[in-house]
Amino acid sequence: MKIEVLGPGCANCRKLEQDVNTALGELGIEAEVVKVTDLNKISSYGILMTPGLVINTKVYSSGKIPVMATLKKWLQEEDRKQTRE
Amino acid sequence: MQIDIKTFMNLLDILNSGIGALLEYLSAHVLTCLIPAFFIAGAIAVFVSQASVIKYFGARANKILAYSVASVSGAILAVCSCTILPLFAGIHKRGAGLGPGIAFLYSGPAINILAIVYSARLLGFDLGLARAMGAVVFSIIIGLIMAFIWRKEEFQKANNPGELVLPQEEEKTKPQGVTLFYFVILVGILVFGAAQKWVITVILLAVLGLILYQWFKKEELGYWIYQTWDLFKKIFPILLAGVFVAGIIKALLPQQVVETWLGGNGFRPTFIASIFGALMYFSTLTEVPIIRALMDLGMGKGPALTLLLAGPALSLPNMIVIARVMGIKKTGAYVCLVVVMATITGLIFGNLFL
Repeated sequence: MKIEVLGPGCANCRKLEQDVNTALGELGIEAEVVKVTDLNKISSYGILMTPGLVINTKVYSSGKIPVMATLKKWLQEEDRKQTRE
Repeated sequence: MQIDIKTFMNLLDILNSGIGALLEYLSAHVLTCLIPAFFIAGAIAVFVSQASVIKYFGARANKILAYSVASVSGAILAVCSCTILPLFAGIHKRGAGLGPGIAFLYSGPAINILAIVYSARLLGFDLGLARAMGAVVFSIIIGLIMAFIWRKEEFQKANNPGELVLPQEEEKTKPQGVTLFYFVILVGILVFGAAQKWVITVILLAVLGLILYQWFKKEELGYWIYQTWDLFKKIFPILLAGVFVAGIIKALLPQQVVETWLGGNGFRPTFIASIFGALMYFSTLTEVPIIRALMDLGMGKGPALTLLLAGPALSLPNMIVIARVMGIKKTGAYVCLVVVMATITGLIFGNLFL
């Protein structure tokens, strides 16, 4: 699983990256977490507000930090999809 | 190494001036008047749906609406440059295009609630109002000029629009009127509190309490307080540092220098203010106390407005970021337009209205 955290480096983006790592740790899911700071790359996902969260190239949220429960739900869904394939 | 007593004493004087400025600000309620503004900014973050604004930035959005919304939406969407730049990149590349993107980029830092309140309180109501109006009007003009220069490119893009991922509309939990009323009351508290009309302020506070009790969930209140505190934590220390620096500038910079280069409302001081503002980096809101210090040292009101308009919108570091998004040519044109427009606005303000 590949997770991208989109954001130029403001406090919220760092918080989201931390949250993702915490969630992954608690769920025991292994994933590659990449921080995307380049504005051109960020806008190529079509999001306007940062921080953005992209899991396996799909945009899950933008403009806010999702609550932990939602974040975990998304990660588990994507993880299940992957193991099915 | 020998320590020169005189240099040391001078250094102490300079530090003292910085600390003096800090104490003066804190005791004169200049900064405390910002507290309601922080609550309003927090409320905007929680209770105003960003999706309702962002939908006007899509590639197929009505152009007139896109420009108008872009020029004022900084009030809702922008608190620091780290939200402005991604939004600008997105609008430019995927959304309504170069013109609205530029309009947003330019007006964003000038028209958030904290910037307006702080400018009006510290620099005078006329300058605060002129700053907000100038930013809105000139952001549209600069955006239109940029879109006109690159109209061919924009035309191609319009036929081949990108896709924007728009945030989903959140479900409405309370009647629209209630949210509006709540914001009106908040602004009322800010205005009457600043005017020190305490009786009205207390009545408004009581009304606010009633609204909160009647229509707001505990969870929402918690989130509002959290956002307000978060903003306060982010911005207040930077502001204090800005006030400190402004105090030091006042002690270090000879009055004569400021009067020679920035005094009066003529063309030369206004143009110098414009260039200086374009290159200089001001962290969120720090432009205000620094401009106050320069005004105390003799800078005219015209150049002050120019500096307010050119300063926060541009700096060397953000030029580099903008250039990476839209190329050096467009960035060059944008910088020139900002410098020229800020100079013109400053001249008009300095000579016609004073």
